[in-house]
Amino acid sequence: MFIRPTAALAAFLLVSAAPLAEAAEKPTDPQIAHIAYTAGVLDIEAAKLAIKKSKTKEVVDFAKDMERDHEAVNKQALDLVKKLKVKPEDNATSQALTKAAKDERAKLAKLKGTAFDKAYIENEVAYHKQVNGALETLLIPSASNAELKSLLETGLKIFQGHEQHAEHVAGTLK
Amino acid sequence: MRAAALSLLGSLALALVASPALAATIEVTIDRLVYSPASVEARVGDTIEWVNKDVIAHTATVKGGWEVMIPPKSKGRITLSRAGAVDYFCRLHPNMKGHLNVAP
Repeated sequence: MFIRPTAALAAFLLVSAAPLAEAAEKPTDPQIAHIAYTAGVLDIEAAKLAIKKSKTKEVVDFAKDMERDHEAVNKQALDLVKKLKVKPEDNATSQALTKAAKDERAKLAKLKGTAFDKAYIENEVAYHKQVNGALETLLIPSASNAELKSLLETGLKIFQGHEQHAEHVAGTLK
Repeated sequence: MRAAALSLLGSLALALVASPALAATIEVTIDRLVYSPASVEARVGDTIEWVNKDVIAHTATVKGGWEVMIPPKSKGRITLSRAGAVDYFCRLHPNMKGHLNVAP
């Protein structure tokens, strides 16, 4: 039952990414900035829910790490787009991510205790995997501004770290 | 003459390094999730100081051993009290890995 949102997210990312790629036009820098920023905001929202609902120290600590790291990275992203005078542009991928995350939060909100902890952490593993896949195969190769590309590359390293951290926490919940 | 002076300087330097009273502080930089240098040769009594240039917090954690918190744009340090080789990693981003060789 926790697999479904992941698959849905994957499908959304693929479906929404494909038209962009096929149109010969890879996502533009304003779109890439919007997708990356949105992905961060969504993970912060999930973290806030976990901080409120979970009673497990490891899960709450992990959620606080996510909130802190993604806020720091998004602040850097905002500073950069301001400097580059790029206006982030909403797009189908951002919208699909937002919709999938909203559905996931609604599901998580109904769960309690261990069921919540497991569902949250498993979704964190899957979510970071998806976003990292999108960064690696689509967003980073498509970014044209060198500074934006560099920020995305650092972001990828951070989120790969989060994925491993989430896997570790998932292991402790079993 | 010059060679002799150099050699004297050399032995003096060696004596200084060997002296336990003169423990060194070895700096390891963290930039974009990389410990640099990734591997460090140190001695018991030396201090390792991690300088974090990233905007996010990191740790230097030895599994089943010590942990140093290194806040964003800040420093963390530990004085080595035990000889041996240890691998360490960042608990928050386990894809970051470092190594210390601590001589007695």
